[in-house]
Amino acid sequence: MCLEGENISFGYKRNNLILHNVNISLESGKLLGLIGDSGSGKSTLCKILAGYENNYQGKVSINGKEIPPKGYNPVQLVFQHPEKAVNPKWKMKDILNEGNNVSQYILDSFGIKQNWLNRWPNELSGGELQRFALARALGPKTKYLIADEITTMLDAITQAQIWNTVLDIVKEMSIGVLVVSHEKNLIKKLCHEIVYLDDINDV
Amino acid sequence: MSTAVVTVNKGVFRGLNLRQKTFLIIGFTSLLLLTIVISSVFLGDESLQTNFGSKNLNPSPEHPFGTDWMGRDMFIRTLKGLGLSILIGAFASTISSILAIILGLLSSTGKMADSIISWLVDLFLSIPHLLLIIIISIGFGGGATGIIVGVALTHWTSLTRVVRAEIKQLKTQEYIHISINLGKSKLWIATKHILPHLIPQIFLGTILMFPHAILHEASATFLGFGLSPHEPAIGIILSESMKYLSAGYWWLAFFPGLSLLIVVLAFDMIGDNLGKIMDPRSAQE
Repeated sequence: MCLEGENISFGYKRNNLILHNVNISLESGKLLGLIGDSGSGKSTLCKILAGYENNYQGKVSINGKEIPPKGYNPVQLVFQHPEKAVNPKWKMKDILNEGNNVSQYILDSFGIKQNWLNRWPNELSGGELQRFALARALGPKTKYLIADEITTMLDAITQAQIWNTVLDIVKEMSIGVLVVSHEKNLIKKLCHEIVYLDDINDV
Repeated sequence: MSTAVVTVNKGVFRGLNLRQKTFLIIGFTSLLLLTIVISSVFLGDESLQTNFGSKNLNPSPEHPFGTDWMGRDMFIRTLKGLGLSILIGAFASTISSILAIILGLLSSTGKMADSIISWLVDLFLSIPHLLLIIIISIGFGGGATGIIVGVALTHWTSLTRVVRAEIKQLKTQEYIHISINLGKSKLWIATKHILPHLIPQIFLGTILMFPHAILHEASATFLGFGLSPHEPAIGIILSESMKYLSAGYWWLAFFPGLSLLIVVLAFDMIGDNLGKIMDPRSAQE
């Protein structure tokens, strides 16, 4: 099983590409680190791989097959700002179970407490919300997780807790993870392989 | 909330928190408006009979707003006029809101529909409100129907813009993208994610449309293009009173005008305070 992006080119303006002929492949159960400067197109590449952005050239496929635009996307993206990833008018339990019913095991491993479930999103902190966002994204049908700076805004201890949990779960479900971060030390510690965006980007 | 909100408790409402105060204001003003409407509906026409024995009386305990040149009690006339104005305002702003919702939703279906509706909004906004109301109400034969249609067809523009902008903004939210990625259908997202954000806006927009509708109805009637003179409308009362102002009968215009102002302010207060309650960020202050 392999998520592949082939010859991906993208620009927000015409004649001003930020991604040109990017090739990237992510194997199931592997952790791939992606490093790049600010504004180099890391997040854009993540959005293309997860199907958020459709106006690109090239091909994104799983085992050579294109990802269907409707239905549950096996590639799930988690963002840097969890407070934007939740509907402020929904209770946490509805947010958590939007994709599928999250098992008690995942709740326990992320340390999500039962009394958080009846709260509104603005009553939880960023770290707590990010646990919800990850638990929601790691459903049984998820095959690849794209982690776009998911712990950048957290303190070191919470970062370590969250990454430990994510590592355990993805190992068990053999999910492929694309780890995007500025923090080289974090990526070196976590990932099997590291890719520099400047090396694979022709711009 | 991270920002510290210091509420100084002073005056009549001392000892209550902001939430209780807000509910109290909403309850009190709604009760006032409801009383006006109900009493105006149940007051029969016989209370407005002409009685030339008691014409042009000063305000007194027996006639709190005085009497007019035909001996009619101005308090009852004002009450009936306000009731009629509120009912017409309610009817017209409901129709306006329905129009706004339909057009706002239509504008989110495609680029073509969006530009047509934006153009329509700009077109209606570029014509002075009162002029348009007068033209439409004459076109529809004048009278009560004319004025209702006129007010309803001119007040949908701002709410349409609000609905359209709100949908546009919501569609780019990350949680909507996530919902699509979790395999949810468009209809599911529209009803579960977008609708809960729209309902308070629509509700508030309708209530805040009331004062505009009432004032425009009264001014069109005042100018003689609205309700017919035998109806006890506020606009009629005010325009008739103008003739008697120079004779020193100040109460004929003063009290009805003041009451109209109070009613309009009451609607504004209800709208503002409901807005505070319904926004989850300010509801907990």
